[in-house]
Amino acid sequence: MAEVRAEMVANVWKVIAAEGDHVDDGDTLVILESMKMEIPVLTEDPGTVTKMHVAEGDVVQEGDLIATIG
Amino acid sequence: MLESVLVANRGEIARRVIRTARRMRIRAIAVYSDADAELPYVAEADEAVHIGPAQPARSYLDAAALIAAAAKTNAQAVHPGYGFLAENADFARQVIAAGLTWVGPSPEAIEQMGDKIRARNLMEQAGVPVSPGTREPVTDVATAVLAAERVGYPVMVKAAAGGGGIGMGAAADEAALRKAFETARSRAERFFGSPEILLERFVERARHVEVQILGLADGRVLALGERDCSVQRRHQKVAEETPSPGVGAALRERMLAAAVQAGEAVGYRGAGTVECLVDADASEFVFLEMNTRLQVEHPVTELVTGLDLIEQQFLVAAGEPPSFDPAAVRPTGHAIELRIYAEDPVRFLPGPGTITEWQEPAGDGVRVDAGYRSGNTVTPFYDPLMAKLCVHGADREQALERARAAVAAFRITGPKTNLPFHADLLTSTEFVSGDYDTSLVSKLRPR
Repeated sequence: MAEVRAEMVANVWKVIAAEGDHVDDGDTLVILESMKMEIPVLTEDPGTVTKMHVAEGDVVQEGDLIATIG
Repeated sequence: MLESVLVANRGEIARRVIRTARRMRIRAIAVYSDADAELPYVAEADEAVHIGPAQPARSYLDAAALIAAAAKTNAQAVHPGYGFLAENADFARQVIAAGLTWVGPSPEAIEQMGDKIRARNLMEQAGVPVSPGTREPVTDVATAVLAAERVGYPVMVKAAAGGGGIGMGAAADEAALRKAFETARSRAERFFGSPEILLERFVERARHVEVQILGLADGRVLALGERDCSVQRRHQKVAEETPSPGVGAALRERMLAAAVQAGEAVGYRGAGTVECLVDADASEFVFLEMNTRLQVEHPVTELVTGLDLIEQQFLVAAGEPPSFDPAAVRPTGHAIELRIYAEDPVRFLPGPGTITEWQEPAGDGVRVDAGYRSGNTVTPFYDPLMAKLCVHGADREQALERARAAVAAFRITGPKTNLPFHADLLTSTEFVSGDYDTSLVSKLRPR
């Protein structure tokens, strides 16, 4: 079980991966937007997305859970 | 003279404009979103109007809300600062149609220069050097591939309506071009509402040098020296200096003359900037784009000339002569600006947060234009610029010395800051030597 967390305060601009998707190392899960910059959040672990914890338009704080990969 | 002005911006530039307005006894009206109510510029204005929620589209980019705020406060003029609606010709037209004075160039000049393809073509006709590139907008990848072959690799791909380096990318071959084109096109649509793309020959070892121009009320266009803006990350400036260590007297003279020609070609009024790429080894330059507004880095020009550029903007807007004798402008010494961003100093990723400590440096030749103070929160809604640390010295060596001391004395706790990057920059062999180009940051921070 791997957890992917936000590295900074940001808005969730796009959710790319969905629960149940198979993802590989380096795949983009969501795209955050902070201070006029788009920041893709990638997974470092291959597996299946068991839970997406954010939706488009959400505000995440540093350390907030974005996705769980099983 | 103007009696009142609404400053349609936020942060450090709103504060900067308000400072000059108040000195000139022009009533200054600030506008603010939900996110900015506590910032210093709001308190320092004579009046402040809440214009909407934090999202820029519903506050600082909301033309109707801004014009309503001007009407409500009986403002006589609108100063747009930089960014947001500063280079939006439609907003300028709406301001003028509402019977207000627009502190900026004509909507026509903004329009002609805002479209990078039209601007390039116009400059070429006016005799200003341009690099090989597309004369028509490119909107599909097949056309882009053909155009790149004609222009010659490597090419730079950018949005015709763009700015701020958003979506810009260089491509060395067709595969890279296809990728860069898709990125540029999607960003162009999202950020600028137009899919039109421009391709230009990419100059690999170039300095980015710009000329400050000022179009006077009587129609004359002045060039007030250059600024070297080659220290960039993600095609965005991090530090600037004047004079440029890579521009000699003869090249400077040609660049300043070309910038005046560029301004005259569009009947330019007010403060503007002609950006160029300079090949220092060959002493050659090409026109890059024109910014039809005040630049972030205007303080370095102010430090060496002793002029207040915002005062000149107000005077031109009011149809009055400048406060100085154009024939007597003699830049003295050397000035450096360091942009203090709320971002980590290694990867340059955003690091907003609440400021628990904010201690600005002071001393001879030190000027800080800040948008925040202790207790404020830097939010993720706007760009990461917290402050501009500017220094002036008798020569470059003294300016560097003062900059190093000022960076060491600047204390910011809470958000991430790029102060450690500036400390590295100011001691790096390349920056200290003055012999650097736009690849400097990637050399200091290899991936």
